Amino acid sequence: MTETVTANGFKLDTGGQRVVVDPICRIEGHLRIEVNVDDDNVIRNAVSTGNMWRGLEVILKGRDPRDAWAFTERICGVCTGVHALASVRAVEDALGIQIPQNANHIRNLMMLAQYTQDHLVHFYHLHALDWVDVVSALKADPKATSALQQSISSWPKSSPGYFRDTQARLKRFVESGQLGPFSNAYWGSPAYKLPPEANLMAVTHYLEALDFQREIVKIHTIFGGRNPHPNWVVGGMPCSFSLNENGAITMEWLNLVSSIIDRSIDFVDQVYIPDLKAIASFYKEWTYGGGLSSKNLLSYGGFPKLANDWSQENMLMPGGAILNGDLSQVHEVDVRDPEQIQEFVAHSWYKYPDENQGLHPWDGITVPDFVLGPDAKGTKTDIKQLDENAKYSFIKAPRWRGNAMEVGPLARYVVAYASGNEEIKDQVDGLLHDLGLPLTAIFSTLGRTAARGLECSWAAHNMRYVFDNMMANLKAGDTATANMDKWEPITWPGDVKGVGHVEAPRGSLGHWVHIKDAKIENYQAVVPTTWNASPRDPAGNIGAYEAALLGTPMANAEQPLEILRTVHSFDPCLACSTHVMAPDGKELVTVKVR
Amino acid sequence: MGIQETFYEAMREHGITRRSFLKFCSLTAAGLGLGPEFAGTIAHALETKPRTPVVWLHGLECTCCSESFIRSGHPLAADVILSMISLDYDDLLMAAAGYQAEEILEQTIAKYDGNFILACEGNPPLNEDGMYCIQGGKPYVEKLRRMASHCKAIIAWGSCASWGCVQAAKPNPTRATPIHKVITDKPVIKVPGCPPIAEVMTGVITYMLTFDRFPELDRQGRPKMFYSARNHDKCYRRPHFDAGQFVERFDDEGARKGYCLYKVGCKGPTTHNACANMEWNGGLSWPVKSGHGCLGCSEDNFWDRGSFYSAVTDLNVVGQVESTADKIGGVLAGAAAIGVAAHATASVISHLKDDNKGGSSHD
Repeated sequence: MTETVTANGFKLDTGGQRVVVDPICRIEGHLRIEVNVDDDNVIRNAVSTGNMWRGLEVILKGRDPRDAWAFTERICGVCTGVHALASVRAVEDALGIQIPQNANHIRNLMMLAQYTQDHLVHFYHLHALDWVDVVSALKADPKATSALQQSISSWPKSSPGYFRDTQARLKRFVESGQLGPFSNAYWGSPAYKLPPEANLMAVTHYLEALDFQREIVKIHTIFGGRNPHPNWVVGGMPCSFSLNENGAITMEWLNLVSSIIDRSIDFVDQVYIPDLKAIASFYKEWTYGGGLSSKNLLSYGGFPKLANDWSQENMLMPGGAILNGDLSQVHEVDVRDPEQIQEFVAHSWYKYPDENQGLHPWDGITVPDFVLGPDAKGTKTDIKQLDENAKYSFIKAPRWRGNAMEVGPLARYVVAYASGNEEIKDQVDGLLHDLGLPLTAIFSTLGRTAARGLECSWAAHNMRYVFDNMMANLKAGDTATANMDKWEPITWPGDVKGVGHVEAPRGSLGHWVHIKDAKIENYQAVVPTTWNASPRDPAGNIGAYEAALLGTPMANAEQPLEILRTVHSFDPCLACSTHVMAPDGKELVTVKVR
Repeated sequence: MGIQETFYEAMREHGITRRSFLKFCSLTAAGLGLGPEFAGTIAHALETKPRTPVVWLHGLECTCCSESFIRSGHPLAADVILSMISLDYDDLLMAAAGYQAEEILEQTIAKYDGNFILACEGNPPLNEDGMYCIQGGKPYVEKLRRMASHCKAIIAWGSCASWGCVQAAKPNPTRATPIHKVITDKPVIKVPGCPPIAEVMTGVITYMLTFDRFPELDRQGRPKMFYSARNHDKCYRRPHFDAGQFVERFDDEGARKGYCLYKVGCKGPTTHNACANMEWNGGLSWPVKSGHGCLGCSEDNFWDRGSFYSAVTDLNVVGQVESTADKIGGVLAGAAAIGVAAHATASVISHLKDDNKGGSSHD
């Protein structure tokens, strides 16, 4: 018998047919998924593999900590800025730098703009095609599409002629025989449930969203000079306000920011949210993909209202941990406690002296060890099948108090809901009411996708809140954006450690830095996709992706549509998750936890 | 193959009038730095050509190039993808996955052998038999070599593909290697930047589709129309440099007045890019305009040229200059003429550096 039960309570069966999906497309980076399906094509075992390694932490060693944000920002260009922010926060924490209130507002605005743009692009351009059949849109009646759209939204671009034009363009595109990014896909699969009109509406908004996302990021361009990869600075923000001069941010740019916020709210509330509801209403029966979400969830909390105050009461998005699905208790998370966050490598392509032990990031060791297990099929450079009982991923396995945790929009929303956050509770209850679903329905692939949509709206509206607070602060006469008191290395203590955390669009992100003699001695990042895509740990807990895939029936095992749905619902970011490494087996300096 | 739709037909289908189409062609011509007489050439090309197949590969990278690409305002990324090129493979955007995705690569070779463009974002790592970047169970570098051997030409998007970028910074643990050092028998155009400006990316594609050739390249393989000037040469803050007016610290009085960022580390004097004249995100701003110095992200090995906050004269690459940034800055602040002299030194050294690089990698 091949059936086993994992430490975190999931039944695995490694019999049946093994299906390999590599590459998983429409994600950032390189991910492989292998599953075993039984005779009814139901997934009974799942294996998640990070396929890449870049090594930024080693590259950072010995560098000026003020430069670290620029290096770490290049961990990811999709969630651009999130690593830069975690980095400047970690360095400020280590050096004891307090940032001005305006810098805090600007950082919040930039991160909220990132949520808005990133979630929008994820939904339409990386995830929608798992639910939307592009070819079926050709059969839609543009008049009925118009009626559908007008029944769910007041968005002005809704005339029959508008949808007819898009359909005609799509028709020419398909008839050309050059299908481009839509080639060889799963069109016509019985797994697609939308009527042609809903498909046409969604395809039209695919194009509209691709156009609109360019606007949202202009908030980064104003405060950080460009997007992707805007600029940041340790101690605050590099931009200045110029309310009595003509050399920096004037009223004109502030007005542009305000206008972008208004248009973002309109687009998200009138296009994204109605589309999300419309699509979800046709997939209510598709209740799979919950995985860890009904058990263990983690959020650090984010968006401090006042600068330099990291208490949960000061967070726009409250944080904490939920264990074993007990929503009556939100546990406090301490990123400094060596017993809480630890990374394991028993099933990762790294080596520890004792692989039964986890290490806190300040104590991190990274020794690469790319070896395939005895039951792997193929060769080292032509892998046919991995052996999940051995090492099988470039991703480490982070755990909170020994538990595998899910992070991301759904985790944040459940934690905030359980914390009694009214704004988020209203959103969740409203959506469930509209769809006629119970609260338990959110513990699913669709729940994850819905939480991201709600969070996009939350982020757009909170940009308005933060912007208004920033304007009030400016009105009160505070125009400072950077604190340069401890800019010069001569002012720094000799040997210090710091941690910076951010709730990034994909989930909880932490950077841990050790600064010695004004240089980076050690740098570790534990990122959202490391949590979600993690391989197994020595205790036998499986990670969020692997857990979420179990129990899902596939319409056709040859077409991995259902796997894509659930994996995409996490919005994987592999460049983020797999950058940890050391050169040629050399050990990084071991850092003692203070 | 079915009927191929030209860009013009696609635009007409999209409800664009001929008048608007011609206006678009003029704007594109202007955007490429070409005279108005080229608008007709562009119009003709877009009216008559089927969409060129493009295979877009991702190696070790952060996807900032793709993200930048979809920020393009003219032309819009949607119009490029749907109407100008046929983006037959791009694991970031394509609907298919797994073997259905990889099958497309062989189909492309079969249908368009020697006639597709290979767009490379990121680079291959060569250590550990290439297995620091695995795709379909195999080293990425194998896929890159296979597709390169059948393509017409290669676009190296961004600083990863062009130079190596962040993962190739010291000590380059994975031996991340730029495209032209792995593929030596195909023309390669480098479009560096971390990321490159969106309209530079779409400008390069539009040029190639219109004229059926690469734009004129410099010795390092970069299109001259976008990379022949230094940001410093075109910088709107240049008068402050010449007048010796500098930002000393972020958010000081000089920062609020928009003074020159040279002393807080701006790499504009040694950086060849189009940021200063084209700017970013629809011409809205660019790093210097927002108050932070240029990082030099389009230059080879910009990660290993010292801190982003030390002035350019303090860098290894300009080691001939003895003074520290502070000493130079102290003199500069008082004397505009010396400021110009220091600038000239940095520029000369930058030129020398270019010369030492040797020829470009393209045929």
